[in-house]
Amino acid sequence: MKIFSKLYTILVFLFLYAPIIVLIIFSFNSSSSTSMLTGFSLQWYKALFKDEATLTALYNTVILAVCSSVIATALGTAAAVGIDKMKKGAVRSGIMAVTNIPMMNPEIVTGISMMLLFVFAGSLVKNSAVLGFGTMLVAHVTFNLPYVILNVLPKLRQTDKNLAEAAQDLGCRPASAFFKVVLPSIMPGVITGMIMAFTLSLDDFIISYFTSGPGFQTLPIAIFSMTKRRVKPDMYALSALIFVSILVLLIIYNVAQQKSEEKTKKKS
Amino acid sequence: MSNRSSLGSKLIAAPYIVWAMLFIIAPLIFVVYYSFTNADGNFTLANMAELGKCAPTFLRSIGFGIVATLICLVIAFPLAYIISQKTDKVQRTLVMLVMLPMWMSFLIRTYSWMALLQDTGIINSFITKLGLDPVHMINTPGAVILGMVYNFLPYMIMPIYSVMAKLDYSMVEACQDLGGNRLTVIRKCIIPMSMPGVVSGITMVFVPSVSTFYISQKLGGGSFDLIGDVIERQFQQSYNYNLGAAISLVLMVLILICMAVMNRFTEDEEGMVI
Repeated sequence: MKIFSKLYTILVFLFLYAPIIVLIIFSFNSSSSTSMLTGFSLQWYKALFKDEATLTALYNTVILAVCSSVIATALGTAAAVGIDKMKKGAVRSGIMAVTNIPMMNPEIVTGISMMLLFVFAGSLVKNSAVLGFGTMLVAHVTFNLPYVILNVLPKLRQTDKNLAEAAQDLGCRPASAFFKVVLPSIMPGVITGMIMAFTLSLDDFIISYFTSGPGFQTLPIAIFSMTKRRVKPDMYALSALIFVSILVLLIIYNVAQQKSEEKTKKKS
Repeated sequence: MSNRSSLGSKLIAAPYIVWAMLFIIAPLIFVVYYSFTNADGNFTLANMAELGKCAPTFLRSIGFGIVATLICLVIAFPLAYIISQKTDKVQRTLVMLVMLPMWMSFLIRTYSWMALLQDTGIINSFITKLGLDPVHMINTPGAVILGMVYNFLPYMIMPIYSVMAKLDYSMVEACQDLGGNRLTVIRKCIIPMSMPGVVSGITMVFVPSVSTFYISQKLGGGSFDLIGDVIERQFQQSYNYNLGAAISLVLMVLILICMAVMNRFTEDEEGMVI
């Protein structure tokens, strides 16, 4: 039974990692083929750093992810605080139902629905080139919001309502009571929500595809237009670099978490 | 005391409510509006009438989606169970390994499967080296379903695992004490208790599988159109927004019905487990 479960785990992980291993190997290929190995070279990594279009796309992706996750976190946290104050009832469950829509709807429907809105708004102001950074930012904030709200709400429910009141009794104005007492206690939820929003935005292709214009390309969209023809191994090189950097980040995060857990164990 | 600040603190949600009206509700109204109008903006039912042609595509999408979801469930359930039985440290590492592929562009990973599955690709050159006949894999329904299973498997593993990791093991022990063998424990105890995870896993795999358009284009070679492909073409190639909106509306309603049926199994008040 033990051998069986080990074998099973290995097989599933092999399945999950097979294409990643393939693309890492072929990023070092000396020819431009993505199915025949001809020899080792670093030329695709060199080509990558000379490719202006790809680097611009990478830069655009990061800018968009930072902006949209920050806006979504601010709006979403405020929304969660407001929703938490509301009494259970029609208004509250209505807002929660609307919040769930972007998560439950197929991404393609969210994408085209926003595209229709933007195109219509564009036709109102007689501007046919509305699609671009602005529309993508709005779209990304919209699909990020539910993840922020649903991460912050449970933390708000766990915090003691009397704390904020105590702070106010001690002379805090409501706003400073929020920043000094409530915000620190919901911070883990806010940060998890922000990280989720950031990574979702970084990775998103489908919604971006329908809301982007020719002037502003993100990496997934650049990759998509490339895979319509043939992918050169420089895309593989970029993916390999992204993979390695995420792996390193996750390992650092895990080690740090483990150390802090050991510390708290020692204290107790 | 709390009354003094209650109105002000509710107002803090106002920006979000305005945002949601503008960018969640209004776009959906536009989908409905475009579905029932023609290019000149006059009311018509022609788009809905044309949907009949898409019926085989709808059926194929739903069929592929169901098969992919079932395969994901069969693969993910034992794996989630195996992971949940490990020590905390190993669990964390394995969960990280499950999530890691999701951080890479799914476009590139799907493209990489093409290199693996092609007639002269990596798997086939391995097979011919073993002295066997090459197998035709790319551009088959199997390849499309494999792409779906590959891309969405983590969405099935994660919710099932997170429920299993929190299971009340005194129940499992009670079941064993009452004479249940390994299989009975799994069948009567672990499976029913992990149902919430299974339900949210099913929806998280089924919805993107039904509506995908990239996987079917790359691994199906364009001969197995899914409903996502049809929608994508209306918006990016033939610019028939009205028909595209009508198809999307039907897709959305179909999926909402599926979700409503699934959600009857769980009594979770606010949203699903992520």
